[in-house]
Amino acid sequence: MKQVIELNVNGMNYEVAVDPQDLLIDVIRESIGLTGTKKGCGEGDCCSCSVIIDGDLVLSCITLAIACQGKKILTIESIEEKDGKLDPIQQAYVEKGAVQCGFCTPGMIMATKALLDENPNPTRDEIKRGLSGNLCRCTGYIKIADAVEHAAEQLQKRSEN
Amino acid sequence: MSEITKEFSVLGKSIPRVNGADKVRGKIQFAEDLSFPGMVYGKLKLADVVHAKIIKIDTSKAEALPGVLAVITGKDTPKAYNIMHYQATEHPLANGKVRYYGEPVAAVAAINKKIATHAVTLIEVEYEELPFIIDPLKSLAQDEIRIHEEFKNNLHLDDVQSFGDVEKAFNDSHLVLEENYYTNGVHNAFIENHCAIADFNLENGKLILHTNIQLPNNTQRILSDVLDMELSQIRVKAPFIGGAFGGKTEPTPLSIVACVLSKKTGRPVKIASTRKETFYINKGRHPSYVKLKMGFKEDGTITAADVDYIIDGGAHSSWGMIIMWFSAALMHLPYKIPNIYFHGRRVFTNRPSFGAQRGVGGVQARVPVECLLDAAAQKLGKSAIELRMQNAVESGYQTKAATQVRHSEFKKCLEAIREKSGFDQKHGKLPMGRGIGVAAGHYSTGGAYLLFNSFRPHSTANIKVDPEAGITVFTGITDIGQGARTVVKQMAAEMFGVTVNDVNLFCQDTMMCPFDNGTYDSRVTYGVGHAVKNACLAAIEKLTDFVAAGMRLAPHHMICKNGQIVSKFNPKKTIPFKKAVEMYLSSVGSLYATGEYTPPQPSAKYPGGLIGPSPAFGFSAQAVEVDVDMDTGHVKIVNYWEAGDCGKVLNPMSVEGQVEGGISMGIGQCLFEDVAVSENGIPLNPNFHEYCIPGIMDMPEIDGECVESYDPTSAFGSKEIGEGPLVVVPPVFLNAVSDAIGVRMTKLPLKPETILKALGKI
Repeated sequence: MKQVIELNVNGMNYEVAVDPQDLLIDVIRESIGLTGTKKGCGEGDCCSCSVIIDGDLVLSCITLAIACQGKKILTIESIEEKDGKLDPIQQAYVEKGAVQCGFCTPGMIMATKALLDENPNPTRDEIKRGLSGNLCRCTGYIKIADAVEHAAEQLQKRSEN
Repeated sequence: MSEITKEFSVLGKSIPRVNGADKVRGKIQFAEDLSFPGMVYGKLKLADVVHAKIIKIDTSKAEALPGVLAVITGKDTPKAYNIMHYQATEHPLANGKVRYYGEPVAAVAAINKKIATHAVTLIEVEYEELPFIIDPLKSLAQDEIRIHEEFKNNLHLDDVQSFGDVEKAFNDSHLVLEENYYTNGVHNAFIENHCAIADFNLENGKLILHTNIQLPNNTQRILSDVLDMELSQIRVKAPFIGGAFGGKTEPTPLSIVACVLSKKTGRPVKIASTRKETFYINKGRHPSYVKLKMGFKEDGTITAADVDYIIDGGAHSSWGMIIMWFSAALMHLPYKIPNIYFHGRRVFTNRPSFGAQRGVGGVQARVPVECLLDAAAQKLGKSAIELRMQNAVESGYQTKAATQVRHSEFKKCLEAIREKSGFDQKHGKLPMGRGIGVAAGHYSTGGAYLLFNSFRPHSTANIKVDPEAGITVFTGITDIGQGARTVVKQMAAEMFGVTVNDVNLFCQDTMMCPFDNGTYDSRVTYGVGHAVKNACLAAIEKLTDFVAAGMRLAPHHMICKNGQIVSKFNPKKTIPFKKAVEMYLSSVGSLYATGEYTPPQPSAKYPGGLIGPSPAFGFSAQAVEVDVDMDTGHVKIVNYWEAGDCGKVLNPMSVEGQVEGGISMGIGQCLFEDVAVSENGIPLNPNFHEYCIPGIMDMPEIDGECVESYDPTSAFGSKEIGEGPLVVVPPVFLNAVSDAIGVRMTKLPLKPETILKALGKI
């Protein structure tokens, strides 16, 4: 029999019915209906499923939903400016050509947010390390690194104003 | 449009992806994100044997499980299929026999994934295991283990192309070199798995298939045959696609099975493959065994090439024929070779099938030629770049196979690499462990043939103009992430003098959109470019014919610019585009236009002659400087240079993205990737932790450029860029590592242990 738990996703509380072995990604995508988080491998290899839980970057495809009760979960759907427009990371990804097919993009952006939250002024090398787990088959990564550099600059400018 | 010179205002700009904002929000719906009322879930049962007769399948326990709606086996999918429907060997669910580990043998539809997954384990299959064979060279040398009854010695293909007289040419040559090369099998490894949702309407007998497929019309045709349905009863819609690279061209077993299950249950059925299942289906790049012999005059002019070519096809026919003939055709360029003999064979083995991957047939052709040229340069005491330069083709060249190269700036690419890499100053002169390699190549911009025999236009664009929607383009192409939607909108926006936001686009839908040969072989920008341009011209002609007289102008003196229809010679004579449209609609009627494109057709007087000729070719030259760790065998990329000829660059950011992505995939094939099976025929690395594609830390910064170029046969001057850069990468690394360690490397991948073995260290 499934049990009903409460998950806090993007600032909202959702009641969901889960089995103990249900994975967070499936609950987010199917029970809650937020399909922005993508499943590329289901085995914790590609990082497309990246979400942020209590400030840490977490792979939702290998995380149990019941283990996330009482935690603050952020998915790609939470990333936006207060007025609903694209946030600087998203804006940079679009402008710098860091998005091709877009499948790895939500995970990349979550990893970028986690990186820049912890290290607002990363070197290019630190950027690469911060995104080293996220696989992309389309872009060759160069423009992704460019986008993160640009996003960091834009965020710095904003915090200075 | 008879423009002699033209400045673009929308084309030629780095317009970001038109759906970029939705992609970064996670709002884009890929196949697995789709949901429909009453939808149920399907799951395949995969064989856990390598080669076996299917004696009996007992589905009773699965059928009895509460929540299961249908269970099917091979008898429900009796027709074989493949991409061209030529020598089709594959059934969606195996018929009578399993030929590779992981081949689907049964399938279930159930109300949720958990029940479907459990039900599959309750299906009992009785096999009579047969001896299996996984080495292609052994496979073709025997006939006791026959994988398909109709193919003796497991030879799927065995054919010859012969041009000129290679033996005489070799006898007259100053230098003749011969070498054996091996290129590895790799996987497309798109991050989005295969997925299909089939919706069969029992009331009217119509089927809709939503699936991430590059070729909706081709899939529609295959379904029509395999399911015994009228073409017009089937609609194939591709949602946004998360990467494809050739691996989403052939309909997957799961997509056809979803259709059968939907018909049986009357419910929409969704089947998504796990990453492991995606690897089992494979259909990636064929491993190749090529023995290449080339002759040279004393001055380095190439005299002849003799190619003995064998590719491992795995268990089924798939794209095999096209791969083989593509390789044959690609041998003829980008250097002038007056005599070529090509003996090609494709062999079946009990492995997951090999199919099409970005740069089809290209790696298998480029590696032998580029590596042997390097060896020849050394023997002749010439610069490897100079040797290429003197044999390089130019615009107007016709190969001995009768393929025309109507436009080429290949020499500019070689020159750019020579200048910026310092190759000639470094090659053979760097300290032990450090090396530089060069390689070059070309690729076709769409083939001249349709995937199935027909004389229809290869691409069509239909345009509707009205105040209700603005400008709407309907075309059958598929955007697989490469930016097709963006460039098509740029083309229409350029022609109509508006912005990309003013253009609506419908594509990848067989009902809404006109028939299209599909997205493969780098055909889209060039092919659809012509279709879109012709359609735009037709629409603009209707408008200008209508408004010109009232403005006292000749229609052909008017252009669309900045939302106006204006005289080319007098900017004061102008009318807003929208006003002209409204007037036209009131006075004449609805404003529609259509444009088509079919590439020039080849003469096909030799085996495989339909495959290879292309209306245009892209070219690429690359160099890489590497540091090989002499103790561990690891290859570090120190510098990477690239120069490409893709004609007029229509979107610099997109072009760079294709080059960088292509080089990344090439680096993967060279250094990290290899689809492996155990000696028991079981896939060893069907996952991303053991099949390692490059990550961000593995990519070098690239000093890349597009040489100045404009192809006059192209609608907007452009040529292919999506595949050519990739095929040059494997040989450039082989040549670089050879230079670094002083041992000729002839096999891929260049794993550390391979390098250490070459050094005699293990």
